[in-house]
This record gives sequence, structure tokens and C-alpha cells, in this order.
Amino acid sequence: MIYEPSSFAIFAFFVFVGITLGISFYMGRQAKSSQGYFAAHGQIPWFVNGVAFAGDYLSAASFLGICGMIAFNGYDGFLYSIGYLAGWIVALFVVAEPMKRLGKFTFADALDARFQSRGIKLAAGISTLAVSVFYLIPQMVGAGVLVQPLLGFPHWLGVVLVGTTVILIVVLAGMVSTTWVQFLKGSLLVIFSAVLTVLILARGFQVADGGADGHQLQQLGPFAALEDPGNHALLTQELSEIDGWKQVAVLPPEGAWKEEPAVGLFVRLKPGPDVPERIWSISSREDGQIQLNEAQQLHTTADGEVWVNGERKGTKKGEPELHPVGHLIALPGGAQKTGALGPLEFFRTLEKSEVVLWPNEKLEHADGSVTIVYYQKPTPGNEILQPGIHPRFKGIQSDEPLDKLNLLSLMLALFCGTASLPHILIRYYTVKNEAAARKSTIVGIATIGFFYVLTLYMGLGAMTSGTLDVTNSNMSAPLLAFSIGEWLFAVISAIAFTTVLGTVSGLILASSGAVTHDLISNALGIELSDQQQVRVAKIASVVVGIVAILLGILFEGFNVSYLVGWAFSVAASANLPALVMCLFWRGTTRQGVVASIVVGMTSSLAWILLSADTFSKVYGLSASDALVPFSQPGIVTIPLGFLTLVGVSLLTKSVGSGSRTSVQMENPDE
Amino acid sequence: MNSRSQRLGFWLFGAYLVLYVSYVLVMAFDADQLKVIGPGGINLAVSVGFGLIIAAFLLALLYGWLCGRDEASGHEGLDLRQEKDRDSTGDAP
Repeated sequence: MIYEPSSFAIFAFFVFVGITLGISFYMGRQAKSSQGYFAAHGQIPWFVNGVAFAGDYLSAASFLGICGMIAFNGYDGFLYSIGYLAGWIVALFVVAEPMKRLGKFTFADALDARFQSRGIKLAAGISTLAVSVFYLIPQMVGAGVLVQPLLGFPHWLGVVLVGTTVILIVVLAGMVSTTWVQFLKGSLLVIFSAVLTVLILARGFQVADGGADGHQLQQLGPFAALEDPGNHALLTQELSEIDGWKQVAVLPPEGAWKEEPAVGLFVRLKPGPDVPERIWSISSREDGQIQLNEAQQLHTTADGEVWVNGERKGTKKGEPELHPVGHLIALPGGAQKTGALGPLEFFRTLEKSEVVLWPNEKLEHADGSVTIVYYQKPTPGNEILQPGIHPRFKGIQSDEPLDKLNLLSLMLALFCGTASLPHILIRYYTVKNEAAARKSTIVGIATIGFFYVLTLYMGLGAMTSGTLDVTNSNMSAPLLAFSIGEWLFAVISAIAFTTVLGTVSGLILASSGAVTHDLISNALGIELSDQQQVRVAKIASVVVGIVAILLGILFEGFNVSYLVGWAFSVAASANLPALVMCLFWRGTTRQGVVASIVVGMTSSLAWILLSADTFSKVYGLSASDALVPFSQPGIVTIPLGFLTLVGVSLLTKSVGSGSRTSVQMENPDE
Repeated sequence: MNSRSQRLGFWLFGAYLVLYVSYVLVMAFDADQLKVIGPGGINLAVSVGFGLIIAAFLLALLYGWLCGRDEASGHEGLDLRQEKDRDSTGDAP
């Protein structure tokens, strides 16, 4: 799609950035010591910290990725919402209070409370860095995705803008400014998502024959079924009997068009000698006949020229571009429009409606050009409200055991990942005691849970908004807002942008804490004065920020929630076994902790790098060449982390050591 | 934290784990169950999904309330009890 920046959006955007930087400058005066820089002096009120948890946690992946996935695949995206929230139960009931009591600045502090070991600090510091960088990539990609339509800047410039703003926030006042920025962002995100949901419900559903640009998507047929996908004589004859199609030519399938998946799914029609060819998808009807549905095509030639639907893609509004999509073709009882709907009526109505989804197929031609065909898939509402449409969740509908394992593995990683994310864990050090840590987690769960309930409304609202961009699922939520009004688009985009700022600053702070406190001060044993620590931390923030900017540019085009899934798997495999066992198993030894972090981190990373998803999406190789049987590592590597810890601990156990858990050993501070 | 609240945390964690695991297993092995239209005319996929989110919130509130009560009856006195009250009113979205 072609986006034109609106002046209101640009205004809203700069107001938001201005406010965030203003807060940071103001707070910057208060954070001169390392205690202030890393932990905001432990003086953040619990309610503020709770909302800041939401601001820290609800990343671009939650807002853009989940809404986009629901908008294109229905219920599947909501599984992420459920899994992400469930993870907070681990955080609250298992790790919140011991983390607060045992640690000072970083996650490694809590692990190491019993052992005072450099090895643990080193391993935990490195795993913090690895997880944070992995998590940073999708945030930065999300930033680029947002800025493009909002301000009309290219992807790289969006990434650089976010990176620079965040580096400023973190360098100015560390945890103090980061917390307040996250508080602001968390509140705004939840409030405006609620507003958006109310507006979706007030608008209700409406039957349409295309997207918001008024283009009517055509259907042709019914025709006799194709006995042989290569023989179009009968189809040509039937088509030529339709008004306006007298001179039609059905192009014979050749090259990529006669191979899977195109053959039998698409036909290419040339309505007349001087009219560009268009692609139509073939769908079978219940009576055995076929129907042709207008598809959309994005063709990129070997030298990079982009053609849409047979014409050279334009650069300004009004010039050729792909049509926005997302429409309902039937409502219950043959109604055309529902009017305002209640929150439950919304689902009851959709259950009995029919919606057009837009899957795509990528065809690579011998001359190096690539065609992506986006085609209509009319889908009954009751299927949309069921898991299993998205390829990642095919385990739900298939009987293939490996697909099932992949699904279980993903759900396990989501459950275990939250409580292992370093940028979430450090937030426990910003409040004054364990009771405050607990209360802020409860506020966090309330805020985040409420938001996740809204994601289903926003995603389904976007699915039927008529404004979806088939090439970019991440833009679904802002475009949904656009379908309601330009002012809302401006505000939602600006909030989405602060969403990125809030999460990225948390991640950069966690990384800089790991570098300064765990790696330099403790693992390498370099003595730093308090002031030097702050200075080193600021330098580390700048470096991590620059790395994040570079990765964000490199990974353009990835669905952000997919990348976040990686980060969760690595976090859960590397950190959770060590954290849980250290806190609760007496037999844990220093060597066991180090081994489990190293094994969990390397095995999950290696698994991801060798998986089918990475083969096809990153290396551009065939998915079937992948070296591991399914893509999600969690179900193998999380237990592996636990086993390694127990095994190594048993082997290295010495008499008289490790008789108590960290939890029992540390005296409560009261 | 005392060992009592730790035990309580484990029990509530276990309770939620049972809910979550049951949901995931039903989804993986008997997804058709989720198509059933349940209370309010909503299918089980949606109502159980919402239910899991709400259950997490309710368990969290219960835990906060029980721990707060323990602490209030101990050394921290009334101060915490007042904060706890704000907890339950202030969080409801």
C-alpha cells in the first residue's frame, strides 16, 4: 500500500516524543548514583511500577504483532495473548518476592546470592545480553514498520529515530526515566485500546464487496470444474460468454505457474489484447462447479521493479497500488449491517457470519522475478473463532505428532518465558520491598490481562475494517484506527511508537546493567567507583542501542511476534531452570547453575538457527532441509536446562555445601 | 515473604498450571471441543480464553489479599491493609 503521512499524525508523534524526552531530562537530575541509575533508588510507588510492568512488557509484538495475526488468521493470534499472560503467574507466584529479596540490580544478583561466583555472573550476564538483543530485534523492526506510514520515512530511518530517542532516554536517567516513560506508555496503550474497542463495537459489522478504497472485488462463475488444470478450452469458452470478457485469453500454466502451489489454485486471465493479465484464484463450490475470485498480485522483477496487479506500482496516492482489504460477505439472517454490538454479541454475530481472509503464495520464476499472490479465502466465522488457521498452529488441525509437539513447545515457551525476561526481572528492584514487588505484579497482571482481552476485539475489528494491508500484517492495528478516523490513527500510531520506546529502553537498560554490573564489575573483577559504574553503563547503553539499530535494519520484513517467540524460547531455556532451582532446590551447585545457563542458551539458539522456520525465512533455503524436526525449541531445551542443572549439581556436590535454598538462607529484611 | 506465602504461591501456581495445561492439551488433541457454543452463545475457544485471563487476575488478587492479611496480622500493621484495599478497587479495569 502507499501511505501518505498526515500532518496530524506527525504532530501527535512529535508531541509524544517531546513529552518522553522532557520526562527524561527532568528525571535525569535525580539519577546520579548507580543505585539510582539501575534501580531508581528502589523508590518507585508500587502502583506506578505495576503499570510500568505493562509498559515494559506490552511490546510492539503484543500490540502490532498479535493484532496483525488475529486480523489475518483469526483466533490464533489470541493464543499468544493467553500464553503471554499465563507467564505472569510464574512471575508472581514463583519469582517475584525472592527476586526482590535476593538481588540488587540484575537477574544475575539473585542467582548468585548464594554462591558469590564469577562464573555465574558471567554466564547470567551473557544470557541477559543474548535474550535482550534477541528481544530488541522485533522491537526495532516494529519501529521501522510504524514510522514508514506515519511519517513517510523509509524503514531504516524509523529504526534510527527510535534507537536514538531510546538511547537518549536511557542515558539521561536510567531506570528513573525509563520507569516513567513506561508508566505513561502503559496507561496510554491500555486506555486507547479500550477506546478503539468501544468504537469497534459501536460501529458493528457491515457486509461489503471489497476494501475501504471502494474497489469491488469481482467473482466469476460458476463454471464447470477443470478436469485437467492445464486445459482451459472449456473455461475460456464459458468466460467469453460473459459480458465484457468476449476477448478473454486464459494463459497456459508455464514455469512456476504449473507447479505447486500455483497449479490448480490460480489461473491467469487476460481480458483483452491490451489489458494486463490478472490472477484469479479457483475455489470449488458445494455443487462441484468452480468459481473464480479476483486475487491481487505483487510482482518484483529481477532488477527490483515493483508491479501491482499488472501495473507499475505508484509512489503517490491515486496511483496503482494494492487494494486495502478486510470485509464480511455475509451476516446472520442475510442482514447488511448490524449497528452497535455488545461485547458478547460481537462474537455471537461473527460466529454466524462469513469473512474473507487473505492468504498468500510466493512464486519464484526462472528469470529471478518473484510474484506474491494474495487471494481471497471466504471463511465461516465459526472457523475464525477457532485456533488452527495460521501455519504455525497447524498442529491443532493436523494429526502429525511433530506439529502437535511444535504447538505444545510454543505454548510452554510462552508460559515459562515471561518470568525469565531480564528486562522484566530488573523491575523488581525498583520498589522498596517484597510486598510492593508483589502488589506491583498484581497491578501488572490486571493491566496486561485487560489489554490482552482487548487484542481479540481489535484484531477481529481490523479483520473486517476494509483497511488491511496484505503486505504488512503488523500495520493492522494502526490501519484499523485509520478506518475510524485520522485523528485516532495519529494517536494510535504515536502510542504504538511509544510502545516501542518503552520496551526498548527497558531492554537496553537490562543489557547495560548486565555489562556493567555482572560482566565488568563482578565477572572481570574490575573495581569501579559508583560514578564510573554509571558512566560505563551509559557507554554500554549507547553500544547496545547501536547494535539494536543495525539489527533492526537487517531484519526488516519479519513478523514481529514471530521473532519475540524466539526471545521467549531462549529466555525460558537459559534463565528459568537456573532461577527456579537456585531459589528452591537445596542441591543446586555453582557449576550446575553455570552449566544449565550455558546449555539452555546454546541449545535453544542452535535449535532456532537449524529450524525450518529459520531455513525458509532467514536463509532462503527449503524448509524441508532443516536439521531439527520442528521449529519451537522450548519443549526440548527447557527440560534440558533443568536436567543439566540437576545432573551437574549432583556430580559436583561437595559435603556440607548447598544444604539450604537461597530462599531459606537469606534472612527476610524485616 | 514467609514460608506460608511461599506455600500459598505454589498452590495457586499449581491451580493455574492445571487450568492452562488442560486448555493447551484440549486444543492440541481435541480441538473440536472448543467449537462447542457455551454460555452466552460464545464458543468455548473464546470463553475459555477470556476465562484463563480472568482466572489469572482473580488468583493474583486472592494471593495479594491473603498475603496482605498475613502481613497485616504480623508486624506491618494497618498500613498494608489500607494499601491492600486500594489494590482491589484501583486495579479493576
